[in-house]
Amino acid sequence: MGRFVARRLLQMIPVFLGTVTIIFFMTRMLPGDPAAAMWGDKAADPAQLAAFKHRMGLDVSIGRQYLNYMGDLLTGNFGETMAGRKVIDVIGEALPVTVRLALLAFVFELVVGVTIGLFSGLRRGKAFDKSALVLTLLLISIPVPVLGFIFQNVFAIQLKWITPTVQDSMNLGQLILPAVVLGSISLAYVARLTRTSIAENLKADYMRTAVAKGLPRRKVIGTHLLRNSMIPVVTFLGTDLGALMGGAIVTEGIFNVKGVGNALYHAINLNEGATVSGFVVVLVLVYLAASLIVDLLYAVLDPRIRYA
Amino acid sequence: MPDLIEKNAPAQAVASAEPKPEKPRSLGLDAWHDLRKRPVFIISAALIVLLIAFAIAPSLFTSVDPRAGDLRLHYLTKPNYLHFFQADWFGYDGQGRSIYARMIYGARASVVVGICVTAGVTVLGGLAGMIAGYYGGWVDTIISRVTDMFFGIPLLLGALVVLNAFTTRTVWSVVFALVALGWTQMTRVMRGSVITVKQADYVTAARALGAGTARIMFKHILPNAIAPVIVVATIALGGYIATEATLSFLGIGLQDPTISWGIDINSAQKVIRTAPFALFFPAGMLSVTVLAFIMLGDAVRDALDPKLR
Repeated sequence: MGRFVARRLLQMIPVFLGTVTIIFFMTRMLPGDPAAAMWGDKAADPAQLAAFKHRMGLDVSIGRQYLNYMGDLLTGNFGETMAGRKVIDVIGEALPVTVRLALLAFVFELVVGVTIGLFSGLRRGKAFDKSALVLTLLLISIPVPVLGFIFQNVFAIQLKWITPTVQDSMNLGQLILPAVVLGSISLAYVARLTRTSIAENLKADYMRTAVAKGLPRRKVIGTHLLRNSMIPVVTFLGTDLGALMGGAIVTEGIFNVKGVGNALYHAINLNEGATVSGFVVVLVLVYLAASLIVDLLYAVLDPRIRYA
Repeated sequence: MPDLIEKNAPAQAVASAEPKPEKPRSLGLDAWHDLRKRPVFIISAALIVLLIAFAIAPSLFTSVDPRAGDLRLHYLTKPNYLHFFQADWFGYDGQGRSIYARMIYGARASVVVGICVTAGVTVLGGLAGMIAGYYGGWVDTIISRVTDMFFGIPLLLGALVVLNAFTTRTVWSVVFALVALGWTQMTRVMRGSVITVKQADYVTAARALGAGTARIMFKHILPNAIAPVIVVATIALGGYIATEATLSFLGIGLQDPTISWGIDINSAQKVIRTAPFALFFPAGMLSVTVLAFIMLGDAVRDALDPKLR
């Protein structure tokens, strides 16, 4: 177990470095000069511009900048925004909001998705199953911006249950609606994966054994069927947590949540390379941690999988 | 398969006057016979044919110029729902352009992006996956690690960064960005599929008969490994259309002379309370399009994977 985790962690290092490299060159090779943009429409004073570029470390070759950035990153220094704020502060402000939003969405899709999937898998072909299939198909097809406006219009403007936009981004109650929008597409996938997996495992030999030896129905479904059917669902959920955090750009925009998506959108628009890659570093770390947890969960769910 | 052949036999007998003994079918032909009978497939295929018709010849469906704006007609002019196929059928947008005409013309960007991105990622990702799966060893290690690297970058986020580099963005820049970031998904599917197929006896037999690498890869492995890739590609096509609309909605996708449902959704959101129809029609069209491709993918998967029947 310990050796497995150590090996996986070692394997993650090149992946982490590679992703950061890709995003570094994607953000820094963009045409346009973010430093000159600091002067707006006016032409920048060459001496001031040169001094500014020197302070930001932009006056050396791109290769040199890359080495500097990676060196700084290893010591935990994420660099500065063009306006001189520490990127780590920008991240520290936005991350807690998005972590709350993503976790809410995650819990929502896990609980509701698995419940819908379980019941439609058990009642395959019945009315509940058919309506669940149609509902999930609709959820997958409606693009996030459209779904966001539908929810905002129905729940905030027509029913007046909540305010149309989030006033306090740290307030969990106000984040519920954006979280539902954010998690709804994944919810549909979770429900469909669970359904297929449950329907397949229903025919397994161990299910017949469990029923034959007289276990109560609750136990047959809870410990035998559900546990064995969770592997594909856990695989999906593991990659989804990172996607929820990075994919919140649209949802956060519609509901005015001051999180990672919002900060990233502005940083991309302003060509703030250091901020964009700083956020991506955090997202990649979340993604890698989640995929490690998924691997470890396999062994918990299926004791036949053992990591020596 | 015996029960399947029995099931098809009466239909065959009705179709041709004198029943002939049925030839053994390939997986693709078998899937096609199965597909033709599914209502889901027929509905989604009809929708997609209609969309492609919109994309190829929009002027067949409306004679109005979708870019001609008349400010006297802006969105406060209520839609006239009885004027079928006329300029004011679904009302006008903020600049007095016909929403109906823009709905029809918007299909082109979505269809082109969807089909080109899917083709691009399938060819590029499929090739990489086939090489990784076939050769194994260090080639596989390198390709798989590169795939892992791209997997850590969310598609929407990466596409925003890439597209921000273009000052004028056309359909082709969106296609480029989505292919550059999306090919890894197909690589994983293809690699897994090739690894299973290459251990089959017929591959060993072909090698023993002296077939070359290219022949084994394209004549023996590819036809047997392609099914999961086709399924993932069909379902992903709808997703790419939704991504294009989302990018255009965020203002970093397509730009104005190009007509895109995403741009129209973005401009309609500001008037959502006075003119909800301006949002409803492009959004509805987009959802129906994505729905059609996902339904098609579902039907193709059921037909290609007999285990799920």
